[in-house]
Amino acid sequence: MNPANPRAGLSAVSTVFPAREGHPAVHALGPVDLDLAAGEFVAVVGPSGCGKTTLLETLAGLTRPTSGSVTFEGRPVAGGVPAGIGVVFQEDASFPWLNVWDNIAFGLRRAGVAAAEIRARVDYAVGFMGLSGFVRAYPAQLSGGMRQRVCIARTLVLQPRLILLDEPFGALDQQTRLLMGDELLRLWRETKASVLLITHAIDEAVMLADRVGIMSARPGRFIELIATGWPAARTSAVVADEAFGRLTARVWSQLRGESLRALGREAPEATEP
Amino acid sequence: MSMAAVPPRRDLRRFGDAALLLVAATLAWQALYAFVGDVAITPPLATVENAAALLRSPLFWTHVSTTALAFAVSLAIGAVAGVAAGLALGFHRFSGQVAEPILTALYTLPKVTLYPIVLLVFGLGISAKIAFGVMHGVIPVILITLNAVRNIDPVHLKTARVLNLTPGETALTVLAPAVTPEIFTGLRIGFGLTLLGVIIGEMFASQRGLGFMIINGINMHDVPTMMAVILLIMIFAVVASTALLAVDRRLHRRNS
Amino acid sequence: MRKVTLVQVLIVAGGIALLELLTREGITDRLTMIPPSQMAAHLWDMARVGALAEPLAHTLGNVAIAFVLSVAVGAAIGFAVHAAPRLRRLADPLLASYYAVPFFVFYPLLIAIFGLNRWPLVMIGFVFGAAAMVIATLNGLDRVPRVLRKVARVHGLGPVAEALRVTLPAAAPHLFTGLKLALAYCFIGVIAGEFILSGEGLGHAIAYAYDSFDNPTMYALMLLVVVLAIGVNASLHLWEQRLIARRRQS
Repeated sequence: MNPANPRAGLSAVSTVFPAREGHPAVHALGPVDLDLAAGEFVAVVGPSGCGKTTLLETLAGLTRPTSGSVTFEGRPVAGGVPAGIGVVFQEDASFPWLNVWDNIAFGLRRAGVAAAEIRARVDYAVGFMGLSGFVRAYPAQLSGGMRQRVCIARTLVLQPRLILLDEPFGALDQQTRLLMGDELLRLWRETKASVLLITHAIDEAVMLADRVGIMSARPGRFIELIATGWPAARTSAVVADEAFGRLTARVWSQLRGESLRALGREAPEATEP
Repeated sequence: MSMAAVPPRRDLRRFGDAALLLVAATLAWQALYAFVGDVAITPPLATVENAAALLRSPLFWTHVSTTALAFAVSLAIGAVAGVAAGLALGFHRFSGQVAEPILTALYTLPKVTLYPIVLLVFGLGISAKIAFGVMHGVIPVILITLNAVRNIDPVHLKTARVLNLTPGETALTVLAPAVTPEIFTGLRIGFGLTLLGVIIGEMFASQRGLGFMIINGINMHDVPTMMAVILLIMIFAVVASTALLAVDRRLHRRNS
Repeated sequence: MRKVTLVQVLIVAGGIALLELLTREGITDRLTMIPPSQMAAHLWDMARVGALAEPLAHTLGNVAIAFVLSVAVGAAIGFAVHAAPRLRRLADPLLASYYAVPFFVFYPLLIAIFGLNRWPLVMIGFVFGAAAMVIATLNGLDRVPRVLRKVARVHGLGPVAEALRVTLPAAAPHLFTGLKLALAYCFIGVIAGEFILSGEGLGHAIAYAYDSFDNPTMYALMLLVVVLAIGVNASLHLWEQRLIARRRQS
């Protein structure tokens, strides 16, 4: 890891959503600073409405910050999503009109990649994500977990250097989540990408990440960034490690107060229109 | 969540937009008049003057009352029968499944071509007009009500059972509020269609009423009267629909 | 055959049979309604003699043109209004009051503009069908999940590519519904227009038969219109089911 040359970063980023019909202006995020080294896995936890999604979408280039700068591989992020960034959303983002294969191949086709290369990469992703046998199925025929795997596969084939995941397993049951966590780790090691995972599940964050960022209630700022110290070859088995319990407790002790503060608020989380 | 006082600028802008649209429409109308001349339409100002004259004429109001009576009765029958049928078909799943495609198919028929049958059955008079109005408006009300009932979230019914509500209480306090917004939408749509049905019916089956005034205007080449009546009907339709739409929105917002 | 379909067939067949019975037994006045079997027989005779060809061609031609116009213009307006929220706020009340206005009355105006040919009637059909397409398009675009738009941007799709590759397919089911409604309304508009106003086509033929007290012809033509309307709409419906089958939750 080379902290002096991060793969991606936010610097003094702050986002205020302007006043709209009937709603006052919302200071959704920041100011935040965050650097992601190449190949690093960072998880971000925080109470509802703290701006985690805004953070992720700002890093991706889907949203512009009101102030501050965003960089990816040394270049500023502005006006669009840079090539090399992949995003997995919480909602089901699979295209219902395409089968699994076409869904995964979508980005490659749009990028004009050669047909043979597309076939090779999609085949690989299908195998990697355990979707063999379902390639002709349509999303409507699959479970939520399978659909999320399709979305991850669709991101994987583009060989991103930075993978952003916004509560990707939020709609899944706990057991599936744990399994998907292991798959995510496999993916991370395979692609050697930097990963930013937004989650509200503390155990998931502590289990998967190299560093866990704890955000305050809105406007979200980083209270603390805790290094977990796990080896790169980890799996969900780290939950048995005694450090796991200590780390989780530490995260929660910070988070609890912020969550209470967030609950005391009336307005829901602001999202960009 | 209470809505804070709406910033006045938004209302002003909406008003301004509507006024702009009105001006644009009036200019287009005037341009059209310049193109086609007196034989087909009257220009905006003249039409407004004629309309004002009509509003001052007692004869006009007898026509209006004829139409209004037929319209009110059609609406009442259509609303009650439509909602009742829709509820019944919605709650009794099998009947709903049987009836829905049949009703949808009936709706796609050009009802106008069935008018002769209606006239032969009801004769020339107000009952025929009411029949036309009901024919036009009742099916959407039934279908929309049916779907509203079908779309009731089952969790509401479970909640009612858990709370040990009687069927009556369930219907009144859980089901009715759940379906009201959608049923209102159905009634709103039925409103416009019923009006159309009554007016078209008057164009055939009557010697009185606004529809008669229109067809008479067409036959006698009395374009000014025809245009003035159309203008007044349009104004009524737009005002009523806008008001109903506002209520519709309010009801939907409350529920979501 | 599914139970539901069976009951539907029974109801429709039963209704026709009842009508046949009532009219044959003279319970309803023979002058008012003739037996369905006679309607069908007379229709068949007319078809053999070739009396149907001209009005049918005329009506179907008008409906086809009106339909194409409705869909193209309606979809375009729908996309445009959806993209401009200010326009949308203005359009909503207008669309809501649209079908309350008897557009037939502008027929003389349309003749003055287009002349004494088929175009005034096509315009009436168009005016009926376009609004349905606009409303359905707006509905469909509303229901495109926001996350899919974000996916488009993550994949670097420009606005045109996004519209073609993501928005359109996502909204397709609703757009198809718009198609169905537009066709139904064009059909209604054209035939109603012919009935009330014009000198050609099926609608006019029915009106003429009514005025001439030629009940058999009138009913035969009504039967034809009913069969056409149901046939066309049912075909579209079946087509829609096939297209959408893969997208429905199984």
